[in-house]
Amino acid sequence: MSASQAAVSAIDLEQRSKRDARAERLFRWLLKGCALLVLASLLGAAGATLWGGREAFSTFGWHFLVSTAWDPGNDVYGALVPVYGTVMTSLIALVIAVPISFGIALYLSEVAPAWLRTPVASAIELLAGIPSIIYGMWGLFIFAPFFADHIKPWLTSNLGNKPDDGKLSWIAQHVPFIGKLFGSDYPFGASILVAGIVLAIMIIPFISSVMREVFQTVPTRLKESAYALGSSTWEVSWDIVLPYTRSAVIGGVFLGLGRALGETMAVTFVLGNAMTLSASLLDPGTSIASTIANQFSEASGLQKSSLMALAFLLFVVTFIVLLIARLMLRRLASKEGR
Amino acid sequence: MSSLYLRRRITNWLAMGLSTLATLIGLAFLAWILWETLRQGISALHLSLFTKITANGADGGLANAMVGSLIINFIGIAIATPIGVMAGMWLAEYANRTKLGESIRFLNDILLSAPSIVMGLFVYTIIVLPSTAITNGSTTFSGFAGGVALALIALPVIVRTTDEMLRLVPSTLREAALSLGVPQWKLTMQILIRAARSGIITGVLLALARISGETAPLLFTAFGNNYMALNPIDKMSSLPQIIYQYANDPGADLHAMAWAGAFVVTMFVLLLSLASRLLFSRNKVSHD
Repeated sequence: MSASQAAVSAIDLEQRSKRDARAERLFRWLLKGCALLVLASLLGAAGATLWGGREAFSTFGWHFLVSTAWDPGNDVYGALVPVYGTVMTSLIALVIAVPISFGIALYLSEVAPAWLRTPVASAIELLAGIPSIIYGMWGLFIFAPFFADHIKPWLTSNLGNKPDDGKLSWIAQHVPFIGKLFGSDYPFGASILVAGIVLAIMIIPFISSVMREVFQTVPTRLKESAYALGSSTWEVSWDIVLPYTRSAVIGGVFLGLGRALGETMAVTFVLGNAMTLSASLLDPGTSIASTIANQFSEASGLQKSSLMALAFLLFVVTFIVLLIARLMLRRLASKEGR
Repeated sequence: MSSLYLRRRITNWLAMGLSTLATLIGLAFLAWILWETLRQGISALHLSLFTKITANGADGGLANAMVGSLIINFIGIAIATPIGVMAGMWLAEYANRTKLGESIRFLNDILLSAPSIVMGLFVYTIIVLPSTAITNGSTTFSGFAGGVALALIALPVIVRTTDEMLRLVPSTLREAALSLGVPQWKLTMQILIRAARSGIITGVLLALARISGETAPLLFTAFGNNYMALNPIDKMSSLPQIIYQYANDPGADLHAMAWAGAFVVTMFVLLLSLASRLLFSRNKVSHD
């Protein structure tokens, strides 16, 4: 290699490394910008709904949160009815979904024969893939009529305070609140309870897959030690596996709760859309998301602003719930040193 | 045998039985929902669904909704994929274990399950309202706004899978390239992205499956249109939105069409998730 060639390649190299450094800086900023967009969409969604709801918040103040009024005629709006519907349907969903999800996770990690585990787990995960509007349609056309024909009559006559034949059951007479919860003379299926059940089916795959995953992280030697001391499968699950994974299990439950709170379509179809507060689970109601879905396109002025304010409330509450979920899930991960 | 032993055995049998029952309940609901969608959907399936538009009501079809869904989903994926992949790259390659990186990763996980209707309202505020102000006219819902709303929902899915897939790439690959003097951007764009390619494609397919069934964010962005719309700045209908509209209509004919639409959407989503699963398992095997 001659001296001149070496000099040229040195200049080349220098230029090249400069070019590379420039490209590197540019690339880094581009990537960082994209990552910051994720942050921006979160802040933007909160900011946009708060901005859209400012009129409602400034007009009604704290009364917005505690008022049951929703009267477009007089332009008076309160959040309590939809908030109650959202909270109640989500709570019912949790009460049903948590034990079933725990059962599924237990079955898949301890009970089922090995060859059955993957197909059953995939089938349950298939539930999570079904779009929520399909749940809504199934709920509206299939489940709500089925509920009204077969389940609701039994509930109202055996537990409710408004039975068809007028005779109060022993439970409705003696156990407080039960009568009110299940008393209804509304003839259709669509109700808070049905919405809760449909939501439960939707969130079961989320909760059970988290539970199953974390159950598998329990060190085998812990379980084997307990088995060696004579524990039964149930005792190992309840006394060893569950305490070991407690925070992550709670995290999974909160993840399901976050999903349930924000769900729109499945609930809108089966909630009956009544802007009234009723103690009965068998009466129709409304939720934040379904109120928005039903009214937003025809709303204007203060009503539109109130719907935006509702969306802001929903976003903040689900954010907090999901935050707790992720923190709880992370606690187990850090215990494992991941 | 002591009564304690007997009680423990009974408890155990009971618990195992109940857990099996719980699984059967879950599977039964899955079968029930899929069965009804298949039964009602197939019986309402007609060739005219794919050729006629919704303007004719019960005598029409769903062609404009299907085309609208394809366009809106395409816009959503086209926006979310580059941004999501680059954000995922930043998290995995540049900001792994930094404070900002960890917090964005954490918030991205939260966004994964954020209420989609709020995302619709967000896009309504930043796109639909301003464009109404510009045109001085009636509210300008558009297919493009719908696409942006879906992109916001697809984004966290793509970010998360890209991030995870890149972190699975063995670090020896990075060290080998860096020791040869390859700049990091070339390493990321030309080597790592290829190693993680099928994983990233899986993420995009999952995101597509996720947004194909979304209804709530489209109600106030793409809005709906009874005629065929191909231009993204027009109002556009989509399958989920038509299903929502028809299912809430009192007419039984329209219910049948809603079921047909539901069948098409469900098949599309399930096939997509099946495809992504197959792709992912093949990827896993080839690495072993």
